[in-house]
Amino acid sequence: MFDFSVVTHWIDTLLRQWLPEWGALLIEFVLVGVVLLLLYAVIALVLIYAERKVCAFFQCRLGPNRVGPYGIFQSVADMLKILIKELIEIKHIDRFLFNLAPFLVIVSSMLAFGCMPFGKGLIAIDFNIGVFFIMAVSSIGVLGILLAGWSSNNKFTLIGAMRSGAQMISYELSIGLSMLTVVVFAGTMQTSGIIEAQNRGWFLFTGHIPMLIAFIIYLIAGTAETNRGPFDLPEAESELTAGYHTEYSGIHFGFYYLAEYLNLFIVSGIASLLFLGGWMPFHIGGWDAFNQVMDYIPSVIWFFGKTAVVMFIIMWFKWTFPRLRIDQLLHLEWKYLVPIGLVNLILMTLVVMFGWHF
Amino acid sequence: MNLALFVVVFITGIALVVAAMTIAGLISPRSFNPQKGEAYECGIPTRGTSWMQFKAGYYLFAILFLMFDVETVFLFPWAVIVRDLGVAGLMSILFFLIILALGLAYAWRKGALEWK
Repeated sequence: MFDFSVVTHWIDTLLRQWLPEWGALLIEFVLVGVVLLLLYAVIALVLIYAERKVCAFFQCRLGPNRVGPYGIFQSVADMLKILIKELIEIKHIDRFLFNLAPFLVIVSSMLAFGCMPFGKGLIAIDFNIGVFFIMAVSSIGVLGILLAGWSSNNKFTLIGAMRSGAQMISYELSIGLSMLTVVVFAGTMQTSGIIEAQNRGWFLFTGHIPMLIAFIIYLIAGTAETNRGPFDLPEAESELTAGYHTEYSGIHFGFYYLAEYLNLFIVSGIASLLFLGGWMPFHIGGWDAFNQVMDYIPSVIWFFGKTAVVMFIIMWFKWTFPRLRIDQLLHLEWKYLVPIGLVNLILMTLVVMFGWHF
Repeated sequence: MNLALFVVVFITGIALVVAAMTIAGLISPRSFNPQKGEAYECGIPTRGTSWMQFKAGYYLFAILFLMFDVETVFLFPWAVIVRDLGVAGLMSILFFLIILALGLAYAWRKGALEWK
């Protein structure tokens, strides 16, 4: 398996030969920022295109097919259009909060994005509190959404923001509980540590029944956390025009659009990190030849492949289930997912203590 | 090093918003029309302000969330060293969880989880 830290160390030593220490560090920091920014934009564009194509095929349509072969430049054209659109100045808004909200949304998704393990040795922020940090920063996004709805001084945005806030904070609990289940099993919160612990087999396969339950809970809660699929009532078009970002225009709206798709990527990325082994190849104990063949596939392809599969499942949800009502949504979380999650956590603790796992 | 990278990623996020806003501000067209500044609701002028008192149900769920979120924060350090703590750790955390579950059961029984 190719370790990408070889590349980063090579760049580091090369820069240190020519430059003083602070210069080398500065250039490395700028490189990290630029690479993350490019990845952020490219992943969002690819995801917007993929979402439109997938939803078109689910409805027996063709989807975008005019701009470039198979319409692959459609989302680039859309982003350019959004960039050159007019920013409408609305009266009676809280201007400071209105402008602050996109910052909160983008920064929170960017910080969580920086914690993603894209491949072996390819990770920007690797705190020892890894998954806890991801959970903490991604919950800042709720603040941005609430501020956006409140500052717009519009009834639709207010209702949309309140619904979105209630939904996101509620489902964060389930995400936290299923993360806890994994942390109990792995014995570490560090992102790279969790992946190393899956060397013998992915947690979904080695973690027994509690891990399976945690995975299902995580998928449901993650879908709700991204305001997608059957849980898209904060921006139910037929009731609330566009939900919390009704008053935003041009690139201001573009930020929410970007962050929404990036959150989809982040939720799927965390699912593949916690349950499907991150960049770890598929290994079967004892089958050495098979494991060697699997090791030849680069770690980046493993990570993005697993993430793509989880993203496809979440997109699939959207076209399979009807939209929930707000009371059904909160009942599902508080009366089913939270109690199940708590019991599941205790079950997992027992499994770990008595060594009932594989 | 990790802390420095955290700051770098933070600044990257801010730079993305600032750069995109600057580009949009430079090349986007401007036209002024008093009608444009109205709230996008239904066509007729908005009645009253939207900054008003709001349904208390959301507030109840926010309080419940706070309780369980703090619980999650307490559980994370325990989860890391659960293997070393043994049965004593399990018993003490079980006690903690049961009290929380009782709290949830109380809220459930009192009808705080109903959406009225």
